Amino acid sequence: MEFTAKDWKDFFKEIVSLIEEEKDYLCQLDRKLGDGDHGVTMSIGWQAINEKIDNELANEEDPAKISITVGKTFLSAVGSSVGPLYATGFMRGAKVLKNKSVAGDQDLAEYWIAFGKGIKERGQAEVGDKTMMDTLEPFFKELERKFAETNDFLSSFKAAVLEAKKGMEFTKELMSKKGRSSRLGDRSIGAQDPGATSAYLILAAFLSFVEKRMAKAI
Amino acid sequence: MKKLINDPRNVVEEMLEGYVKAHPNSIKQLPGTGRALITARETREGKVGILIGGGSGHEPGFIGYVGDGMADGVAVGNIFASPSPDPILEVTKAIDKGAGVVYLYGNYAGDVMNFGMAAEMADLEEGIQVGMALASDDVASAPKSEKQKRRGIAGEFFIYKAAGAAADFGYDLDNVVRVAKKANENTRSMGVGLSPCSLPQTGEPSFEIGEDEMEIGLGHHGEPGIEKGPLQSADRVADRLVNDILADIEINKGDKVAVLVNGLGSTPKMELYIVFRRVEQILSERGIEIYRSYVGDYITSLEMGGCSVTLMKLDDELMKTIDHPVDCPMFVQK
Repeated sequence: MEFTAKDWKDFFKEIVSLIEEEKDYLCQLDRKLGDGDHGVTMSIGWQAINEKIDNELANEEDPAKISITVGKTFLSAVGSSVGPLYATGFMRGAKVLKNKSVAGDQDLAEYWIAFGKGIKERGQAEVGDKTMMDTLEPFFKELERKFAETNDFLSSFKAAVLEAKKGMEFTKELMSKKGRSSRLGDRSIGAQDPGATSAYLILAAFLSFVEKRMAKAI
Repeated sequence: MKKLINDPRNVVEEMLEGYVKAHPNSIKQLPGTGRALITARETREGKVGILIGGGSGHEPGFIGYVGDGMADGVAVGNIFASPSPDPILEVTKAIDKGAGVVYLYGNYAGDVMNFGMAAEMADLEEGIQVGMALASDDVASAPKSEKQKRRGIAGEFFIYKAAGAAADFGYDLDNVVRVAKKANENTRSMGVGLSPCSLPQTGEPSFEIGEDEMEIGLGHHGEPGIEKGPLQSADRVADRLVNDILADIEINKGDKVAVLVNGLGSTPKMELYIVFRRVEQILSERGIEIYRSYVGDYITSLEMGGCSVTLMKLDDELMKTIDHPVDCPMFVQK
């Protein structure tokens, strides 16, 4: 599989529309746990990215530069706690893409592993804390394991997204231990974590983007 | 909920535009992000810079506290969201007078990450020394055994007051940080929520509460509190808030305190003074002396209903800081 600068931009554009579609749903999840603005925050960030892609990045051919800009733009636009978290993910991923105009299977696997690990390092959350880490950690662990075994990106990523989904759904059973919602204690049980959900949406969007691209290629 | 706004996406920018235009002799906006405001007055070379910040929607917090005797600059986030490192760094560079800058903010995951990233950048890229002190005054937000998890609420005002005065006294960076941390150590708050606020962008209430209910310990962003129950009288609520504070910090007979009864946005001053009346009764029954009182909307949550009570236990040094005059657009103390 070969992934170019144009693919990255197209993929990021897909997240822009996806976040607009899911904005209300994410806010609705967040109202049970926090101040109800996760969808709004994500939308502010991705709208800013959309504008960058259309203007500054319109002729950009360097995938690393694109991913760094996506991270920095998101951070500048939203601040909050998701700002530094997602920004760190996209910027760590960008390091993998440095000096590569086309990403192959190995690069893509490394990109998403670095994405997940970067967010973990920034947020210092553990699995079970009811945060986006509940989606991301099972995801990058499975991706790392499966890719080492098979060297096939698509099947490994697919398996990893499945783990991500389970992790996201499991946040319903968990009590919040990080961030503002942690003070809800028992009352947080039963609600799915909005950060875990938006992280899953991004990963699932990448999977469907890659699958669509493969189908076109055939 | 009805709101007098134009476009919900522009509320922060339009508020800042109005604010800067209303107080041109006090405040100026830096050219970069638009989210960085500093004092328009000349600050002394060698004075430690005081930088405050946080999400919007808490006005007068935090933009209202830039001025003589308080902060030199403020980084402004989206509604209820930490500012990104960009405006924090922009303010840092503008207010550094060679003695470093102290960041004062509430203990929230987002603020900790963004201010932390900005402090690293200030040090690495600009060579500016940054000190930090976090507000964690909310007794309801975590048990005493997990004090490091507590949030900052209205007590932040006392921390700004103490640190701003210390910087004015000519203290160095380490000593300004020390005073700010001592102010936080000596400050406790506890709040009650009666009605929700709504974010301009979603229009939805930030939490659900019955017509005849109140929520003890409710967060400044509508985070659920520790106990929801039937609405009680002002006296009973004040009893609960003050007793929980006094159970958390040792304040003895003969000690002096500063008191803040803070409105959350839509609670009339009449009610705040009724609450203060009872707070004063409890404290004087215990022989605790009120050295200075503040009653009003100091750190709000848009149009949320309810209030919080904050006590800061004073020693000689904190007394001196609390007496220090202040001249900010939204707060003046002579």
